[in-house]
Amino acid sequence: MKKHLLVILPHPDDESFGVAGLIALNRKEDIPVTYACLTLGEMGRNMGDPLFANRETLPLLRKQELIDACREMDVQDLRMLGYRDKTLEFEDEEKLADRIEAVIDDVNPSLVVTFYPGHGVHPDHDACGAAVIRALSRKKKEDRPRVLCMAITHHREEVLGKPDVVLDIKEAADIKMNALKAHKSQTGGFMKEIEKKLANGEPVVETWFEKETFWTYQWND
Amino acid sequence: MKAIIKEDVQASLETFLNQPVYIHLETTTGSYSAHKDEQNMTVVAYIRNAKVTCSRAKITGEGPFRAGLKIEDGWIYAEGLTDYTVDDEGRLLLAGYLPGGKLAISLQISKKPFAV
Repeated sequence: MKKHLLVILPHPDDESFGVAGLIALNRKEDIPVTYACLTLGEMGRNMGDPLFANRETLPLLRKQELIDACREMDVQDLRMLGYRDKTLEFEDEEKLADRIEAVIDDVNPSLVVTFYPGHGVHPDHDACGAAVIRALSRKKKEDRPRVLCMAITHHREEVLGKPDVVLDIKEAADIKMNALKAHKSQTGGFMKEIEKKLANGEPVVETWFEKETFWTYQWND
Repeated sequence: MKAIIKEDVQASLETFLNQPVYIHLETTTGSYSAHKDEQNMTVVAYIRNAKVTCSRAKITGEGPFRAGLKIEDGWIYAEGLTDYTVDDEGRLLLAGYLPGGKLAISLQISKKPFAV
């Protein structure tokens, strides 16, 4: 089967925080990557540090940041699905799954990345993960691609066990850094902290630039 | 946006009186508030495009500021406002920002609906 990575996440920057390393390593092998981003993060509360956005200018700024981040990660196929931040869990669940199923069927991915339902912390993360699982569960088990999920709850390992995929992303750390920087309305303060630590020779949380962890979704059928 | 100049905001508020206007009002602790500290709750509320007619509109306080809008059957209230702008579509955007550019509250008034 031809390899193709499909990343399905709700907010511009979710991909850069959690999957930029995996995306970059796939692109280095010339594996196609599609990123379906469900919203533009219209309701984000970070307006830049220093402040440069407001509630009404944020959507277009974040759209451009998303495009810029995808350029940094060499993502060739970015699809913006046009939902609104913080509303995913209130949409019709079947219709949301229909939209995602259409993307899956169009891309025919060998690997899908999303949030583990129930372990996303943000309601949009959970609703996105649940919609991906709902869409894929309509297929016969043998026809489903592998699904790697991000889990960020504090109790994730108590419930899901240890992550079964721990990816060394050091080779792609610079790409991940540039992708995060591209989301400058959201990551200005975060990058300042990181750069201060790097300048002082302090350790930076290894999850950001050394490894990315995923749990393979366990189907219950 | 820039730091609130009370007189400017008051003058702008008055241009929205006695006609149908659209309100965006929100407040947020951030979606990760409870995740970062279990002593906190995550509390977020917003209403976008409430259509009202205001008979009074006033900004008060010495900063951060408060705003109250008297509407047909009640009130709209916001506290913690620090910054404002009248954007190129003539909308009055008021917001309260925490250090680091994090929005804590916003109150916005427009004669046309806000984009959704």
